Amino acid sequence: MSNIVLEKDIAHSHEQGHEDAGSMRVFGFWIYLMTDCILFATLFAGYAVLRDSVAGGPSTVDIFELPYVLAETALLLLSSITYGYAMLAMNRNDKAHVLRWLAVTFVLGCGFIAMEINEFHHLIAQGYGPDRSGFLTAFFTLVGTHGAHVLSGLVWMAILMAQVSSRGLTNTNTTRLSCLSLFWHFLDVVWICVFTVVYLLGVV
Amino acid sequence: MFGKLSWDAVPLHEPIVMYTLAIVGLMGFALVGTVTWKRKWGYLWREWFTSVDHKKIGCMYIIVALVMLLRGFSDAIMMRTQQAMASSGGPGYLPPEHYDQIFTAHGVIMIFFMAMPFVVGLMNIVVPLQIGARDVAYPFLNALSFWLFVVGAALVNISLGVGEFARTGWVAYPPLSELGYSPGVGVDYYIWSLQISGIGTLLTGVNFFVTILKMRTEGMTLFKMPVFTWNALCTSVLILAAFPILTATLLMLTLDRYLGMHFFTNEAGGNPMMYVNLIWAWGHPEVYILILPAFGIFSEIAATFSSKRLFGYVSLVWATISITILSFIVWLHHFFTMGAGANVNAFFGIMTMIIAVPTGVKIFTWLFTMYRGRVRFETPMLWTLGFIVTFSIGGMTGVLLAVPGADFLLHNSLFLIAHFHNVIIGGAVFGYMAGLTYWFPKAFGFRLNDRLGRIAFWCWLIGFYFAFMPSYVLGFMGMTRRLNHFDNPAWQPWLLLELVGVGIILCGVSAQALQLYVSIRNRAKYRDLTGDPWDGRTLEWATASPPPFYNFAEQPKVNDLDAYWGMKERGVSTLSHTDYRAIHMPRNTSAGLVISIFALICSFALVWHIWWLAIFGLVASVVAMVVRSYDEDIDYFVPAQEVARIEKARLKDLAEA
Amino acid sequence: MKRIIGYGLTYLATSVVLAGCNLIVFNPKGQVAKDERDLIILATGLMLLVVIPVIVMTFLFAWRYRATNKKARYSPRWASSHKIEAVVWGVPFLIICVLGWVTWETTHALDPYRPLDSDVPPVNVQVVATDWKWLFIYPDLGIASVNELALPVNTPVSFTVTSDAAMTSFFIPALGGQIYAMAGMQTKLHLIANEAGQYRGIAANYNGHGFSDMHFSTLALNGADYDAWVNKVRNTPQKLDQNSYAELAKPSVAHPITYYSKVQERLFLNIVDKYEGMNKAPRPTGSQVQRNSDDKRVDQQPSLLAEER
Repeated sequence: MSNIVLEKDIAHSHEQGHEDAGSMRVFGFWIYLMTDCILFATLFAGYAVLRDSVAGGPSTVDIFELPYVLAETALLLLSSITYGYAMLAMNRNDKAHVLRWLAVTFVLGCGFIAMEINEFHHLIAQGYGPDRSGFLTAFFTLVGTHGAHVLSGLVWMAILMAQVSSRGLTNTNTTRLSCLSLFWHFLDVVWICVFTVVYLLGVV
Repeated sequence: MFGKLSWDAVPLHEPIVMYTLAIVGLMGFALVGTVTWKRKWGYLWREWFTSVDHKKIGCMYIIVALVMLLRGFSDAIMMRTQQAMASSGGPGYLPPEHYDQIFTAHGVIMIFFMAMPFVVGLMNIVVPLQIGARDVAYPFLNALSFWLFVVGAALVNISLGVGEFARTGWVAYPPLSELGYSPGVGVDYYIWSLQISGIGTLLTGVNFFVTILKMRTEGMTLFKMPVFTWNALCTSVLILAAFPILTATLLMLTLDRYLGMHFFTNEAGGNPMMYVNLIWAWGHPEVYILILPAFGIFSEIAATFSSKRLFGYVSLVWATISITILSFIVWLHHFFTMGAGANVNAFFGIMTMIIAVPTGVKIFTWLFTMYRGRVRFETPMLWTLGFIVTFSIGGMTGVLLAVPGADFLLHNSLFLIAHFHNVIIGGAVFGYMAGLTYWFPKAFGFRLNDRLGRIAFWCWLIGFYFAFMPSYVLGFMGMTRRLNHFDNPAWQPWLLLELVGVGIILCGVSAQALQLYVSIRNRAKYRDLTGDPWDGRTLEWATASPPPFYNFAEQPKVNDLDAYWGMKERGVSTLSHTDYRAIHMPRNTSAGLVISIFALICSFALVWHIWWLAIFGLVASVVAMVVRSYDEDIDYFVPAQEVARIEKARLKDLAEA
Repeated sequence: MKRIIGYGLTYLATSVVLAGCNLIVFNPKGQVAKDERDLIILATGLMLLVVIPVIVMTFLFAWRYRATNKKARYSPRWASSHKIEAVVWGVPFLIICVLGWVTWETTHALDPYRPLDSDVPPVNVQVVATDWKWLFIYPDLGIASVNELALPVNTPVSFTVTSDAAMTSFFIPALGGQIYAMAGMQTKLHLIANEAGQYRGIAANYNGHGFSDMHFSTLALNGADYDAWVNKVRNTPQKLDQNSYAELAKPSVAHPITYYSKVQERLFLNIVDKYEGMNKAPRPTGSQVQRNSDDKRVDQQPSLLAEER
């Protein structure tokens, strides 16, 4: 098998060129996100079933503090907006602004995670950890899985920032930025569902 | 330091296991020794282990599947022997602690590590060729999927010698699978092997979904695709929608076992019924994942070996699509007896029956393909005929079980066992064997020995009937499944009959093993130079056998169904004689293998609660992914001269054929 | 008319042949089991209407259109026929419609939760599945037994089933279908024995290494024999209370038949109550939203008690 490389970026009109590969990557990532959607749907279903299984422990009204969650939500939603600005900068081929807006997004995302960890810590310290009852199990898992996804997104973001910084806005990097964009906004949507189903419906 | 792991984990006190380990160890040693002696490690590394070529990956999947078939089948032999021996009150030769692991491992291995890889392997080899593409959409992910699957299989095999396997049945219902009732490592091995190989499968689903939708050659609209590709597309949809449910459910069970949570525990508000619902919401689409590709294989074979166009193509496609959708709304039929109430039970029962309609349509399609055709009884066609008869019986008993009132008497009995083996063996496995025989010459360039193939078929067919028809009777005699011993002598003659059947199947499996050996030894004699040994109808037969690594020098243009048949009729050659272009191909990489090895370390450590090692494995795995993402040298162009050289060699072969 | 006689005879012949082969399912001893058996025969018959032609056609087509038979018509391009399509979609669809209607009717009629139609007042039995034996409590008689269930013939029996261990299934094949036994839940099953005899009862869902020995004896007894059995149990010295039950519930395999002459009040419901199961705290109303999380009110809520179902 011959490994001689001719030129890297020849665009063959009737073959799969690099541009096509990029859009195919984004499409495939979108499909993966749909499967992630089903994963979350399963966790939501589990939450719905277990929401009232308090085993003599606290229920939703006892542990949810809406103002705090509102602040968390604001951080996350804001981070989606800032990522949007990063994408606009990408389309303008403006590497500096891409990195700047990504950095802001990163900080906001970290803020969200920090607040969530704090909420979990507070509950566990009171003895209301996920091992207390079925309800708390489902709550911690649903919210925690979302948090784990956000954390993974942050790790990905950091690495991608490093890659953009050193290599610039190559085709590969712009494709990856598009995928992360989909991921980040998707997590935003999931959070809105979590916020509604878990927190809002939990206190009415 | 080593968590729960100690030398006690090796089952020195179980002679059967130790003998097995000794034999497997010897065989492994012999294999490694032979490869080393013939200095083939470099070849294996370069051409196979680091390959991202869908054809190579497909072959590797099938090789592992066949090896795991031997292990799963050994479990079956042990189970049948135990049951035949223990019918009159005696204990047999397997204590319950061991027997219960065997029936669990049998189910897990056959479904996850024999049938799934067989399906994925065949899809890998065939689909890109059938749609005129050069590879799948994400070749690296394809390799990663394969190695993640190998990690799952490795874990199950490691559990034989280090620790134990789950004793819960292959779907591991809680609370039995929770820490309270299964404190050992068995269920943990189960969880991690399924979780990791499940990720591989999910990635495969993404891969083939995108490949089929986006990489078809010019002129091949969706309704001009071969039926096997259609079935692969529907299978991918099933994987995409169902496997996340398995991932989430296993995650919940993992959290229960590792962090003391209460998803499915008896106490503190857990809900075992929820597990039953979730696992079968995945489990039912899973069995359709196993059977749809088999249906696709039979469609190809029926048309090819009747030398006739497949009957009712459009109808068949819509039937497949409706089966795909319906398979998501029938899951409750796996537990009618859990007390859901008459309305719910009746709804799911009726939905299950409705699936029988499009399935029946498919069977009639194959029959009417033979009608007014010229049927050649080559081995793949024999498997097809055996399938039609056997699967019809199995489908019938399935519809019977779908009637809740009937299911109340037959749930969990040997009747159920007979039904699902009837459809899985008579349907799925027969399909894979047919596909294996059919596409082997394409993958390797030489045919399999015909006589041994026929012997294997007849042994499997006759053996199957002996091994499972008595189970229907035993179900009617009130025998329930998973019994280790019993005191009903009336059951014994039937169980002995089943043991005979297992023996006959063993002859079939042996014939297949011998067939591989003989065919490889005589491969020069069985060489196929035409690339089209069966007078095929679809595009994969237009390539050389084996195809060049880039599949097509020039992607063919397609006008109609049965694209290759049409080309043959028009006398159009698919090979261009001049004007070869450079071809863009992905580079081989070890990244998939490396990521997976660390995943194996992580999961093994998690099983044994060796936390530092688990963290190391996870971090290393992620680092390997990041390293891969930094790799810019991931593809290359095959020079036009190289393509020309390969194609000219093929023309020479064709002239000689 | 001839057809009806024909079907009737076939049905009779089938039942006789199948009963002769010691097939419990075709040799039912109770009305419920009999109805379920008839359903199996009917459903099988309906499907054979399709399956038999399929099998016949397979052999017929394969033989007639074999490549060596040059006399058969060869139409390589013929691949579609609306008439055939109509039949292969239509006939199975019609059969499924019939079967679907039968399913709807029988699923409701044979619902294990539905009490049987009878003038005779039912006998109540509470069933507890523990590792790896069956405890039967007769709440109206105040007695209990392990691994032996006695029932009066021609009397409907109302079982309330739970588990104090892993999930399993309560099944007496000769008398009718099964129902799962789950911790914290109360499932119900209604059966009737129409013939005196001794029948085997089993656990029909794997629940651990003692599973193979988790069977029990069902005695369907005539009036006098049944009273005699009850008296026998009443005269044994053992009593079943919280302590002796705790002993009994410890895992044991192939537990011998045991009798208890007295059962503690509400024992069965206490066993159900050990697990939260379906008993959940009521959803607090809006007015309680104001409380903050330091409030100890939560842990002072009385836990809900299981009620007779």
